[in-house]
Amino acid sequence: MSENIEKLGIVVSGSLTRGVEVRLDASASIEEMAVGRYVTIEGGKRRFFGMITDISLGVTDQRLIQAPPDISDPFMAEVLTGTSTYGTLHVLPMLTIGGDVGDLIEGPQPVKTVPGHFSRVRPASQQDIETVFGGEDARKFYIGTPLDMETRICLDLPELVKRSNGIFGKSGTGKTFLTRLLLIGMLQKSAAVNLVFDMHSEYGWESRSEEGRKVKALKQLFPEKVAVFTLDEENSKRRQVSTDFVVRIGYDEIEPEDVSLLRQTLNLTELAVEAVYQLYRRFGKNWLQSTLDIEDAESIPEGLSIHEGTLGNLKRGLATIGRLPFLTPSSTENVVKRIIEYLDRGINVVLEFGRYTDITAYILVANLLTRRIHGQYRDRMERAIAEDSAPPHPLVITIEEAHRFLNPGLASQTIFGNIAREMRKYNVTLLVIDQRPSGIDEEVMSQIGTKITCLLDNERDIDSVLSGVSGRSELKSVLSKLESRQQALIFGHAVPMPVVVRTRDYGSADSYREFASGGEADVQQQAEKDIEELWD
Amino acid sequence: MAELKDRAGEVIEASTTEFLTQCYELYQSPPLGSLVKTVDEPVEQYGIVYNATTASIEPGRRPIARGRDETSEEDIYNSSPQLLKLLRTEFNTLVVGYRENDATYHYLPARPARIHSFVYLCQPDEIKEFSRSFDFLNILVGSSLPVSVEEIVAASLRRMSMVYDEPHSFLVAAGKELALLLGGDFNRLKSILGKIRS
Repeated sequence: MSENIEKLGIVVSGSLTRGVEVRLDASASIEEMAVGRYVTIEGGKRRFFGMITDISLGVTDQRLIQAPPDISDPFMAEVLTGTSTYGTLHVLPMLTIGGDVGDLIEGPQPVKTVPGHFSRVRPASQQDIETVFGGEDARKFYIGTPLDMETRICLDLPELVKRSNGIFGKSGTGKTFLTRLLLIGMLQKSAAVNLVFDMHSEYGWESRSEEGRKVKALKQLFPEKVAVFTLDEENSKRRQVSTDFVVRIGYDEIEPEDVSLLRQTLNLTELAVEAVYQLYRRFGKNWLQSTLDIEDAESIPEGLSIHEGTLGNLKRGLATIGRLPFLTPSSTENVVKRIIEYLDRGINVVLEFGRYTDITAYILVANLLTRRIHGQYRDRMERAIAEDSAPPHPLVITIEEAHRFLNPGLASQTIFGNIAREMRKYNVTLLVIDQRPSGIDEEVMSQIGTKITCLLDNERDIDSVLSGVSGRSELKSVLSKLESRQQALIFGHAVPMPVVVRTRDYGSADSYREFASGGEADVQQQAEKDIEELWD
Repeated sequence: MAELKDRAGEVIEASTTEFLTQCYELYQSPPLGSLVKTVDEPVEQYGIVYNATTASIEPGRRPIARGRDETSEEDIYNSSPQLLKLLRTEFNTLVVGYRENDATYHYLPARPARIHSFVYLCQPDEIKEFSRSFDFLNILVGSSLPVSVEEIVAASLRRMSMVYDEPHSFLVAAGKELALLLGGDFNRLKSILGKIRS
């Protein structure tokens, strides 16, 4: 009997591309089904795992629709439910496990066929989910639980950081929490170090959740493994953040490429950008100061063809940059060097922007630093290949508001576009956080390995996140039905099949303890590894 | 074993799909929809009563009205006792399955019943055993009878449900089976369900 309750229904039709139709048994209540839930289909020789992507109602006789029976009569209702009127589930099969011993060892494989007619369908058991996603271990980080289940869904983080990844969702859906979780996961489980461009100062030190609760962040949980750099010392002091380094950027570190990226935000004309290159050729490193010193068109040095209007336009734009307080005419400290030092020691760097949440500052700094760091990584990687020595630590760069500098107009120019495309060749990948994925260049989007998306309701955003995914129209219905908090759809490289998770608790004392314990194990491991290396 | 008191009559006409039984007593036919059986060792045939008639034993001689001077109907029979011999009650039964070697089959037996086989009313245990599967509904629903099939289906289910402790769940289960059989004909289904609702 219990077996019967377990059974949801049987497969009645379908195809590999569109998914299969499952007719619900009378005993299974359609109101208890949910899009995004997992089911197991018992085929003749193999088991299939799939996700419910749609739920619909059916009748055997059209006359039922034209002259509906009196359902207030409980007998009538009871008889007709599941017989003349029935529910159907649309299930997208995603993985399959064969019955042979060999197949069991191989684990779940992507589906290449569909289960036969009238195969039994039942809700996926905890064990099934574990078979597919694996338990928590040295590589796998527990990110959340599937809908209505207690099983832990784990992400293989070393695998995850091999590609660029994205976290999407409209504002207020929990992107920040997810990002914190993922960063903690990377800290604990992967060999990668993170560089976080923290626009709203949320990842380094504590901030407040929407309910007004204080939420700890990375530095508080893992003081030894995280360094907080700040652009805005005053702000950090007020928030009582223990910062490791105050970032100052010299004018001489700004290159023409940095300005050309800011063309839109600074409202520069094409000619003005062209002029920057000329000025750079002329003045060299000190071009910015020298340009700001030019008073009017008459003092433009000989040999430079810069129109007066262009100069005005350029100067206005550059003045905006010049006003950024963290820019100094000359800086003694080399930020890039410091960041790389930390990263080399396996310490994650969070760069807080403090009050400078202005997109100009963000794009400028993020690009400027990333380009140099990427350059260094490339050199070192190439050297490592040539000398057969250890490559640098894999680096994950986290950027927010990604559509601002990965949009089709800029993606080809920014270093981030490059990183997303070149991917892991140089051990540098991106973690892109954005609320308007439709604004991100398609080419970059297609290179994102694993996508974690919270609720999105703009049609274009949904389309862009799901572009190139098999079963996209099915996933679309799942995505748009996510709850507005703490639920996310994960799909792509690091998960064997798309999964909707209720994200792990973050913010309670228990959750901090759990993170910390995971961290300790890791410290232990690291120590052992270091000892091993000593003897090598 | 079938007992004398449960005997309802004797088969006087038989075919593969049905048999006609004459009752020993006038007006003593089993209720409409009853499950009855005839025994022809080792086979017991089951049937559902779908029609009953009472008429003159000679087709040419029709009864005439006799009660003008009598005060009650009873008096008519008392003053003309021969009537009980000149009239007879018969009932038609649709064969819906049989039992052989302790197994019940819900399809037609190999041979029709023999003439003069005794016909018995089925006992609650037998009814439960027989109605464990609803396959017999298929025969009923598919038959063409001089009376409305829906009436017979409903009557038989109502009678069967009486032997169950929970007639409601029996009727719901039967209703679901009918809903599948009559998937394309909701009106027929509705008419049966209306007659068996508990």
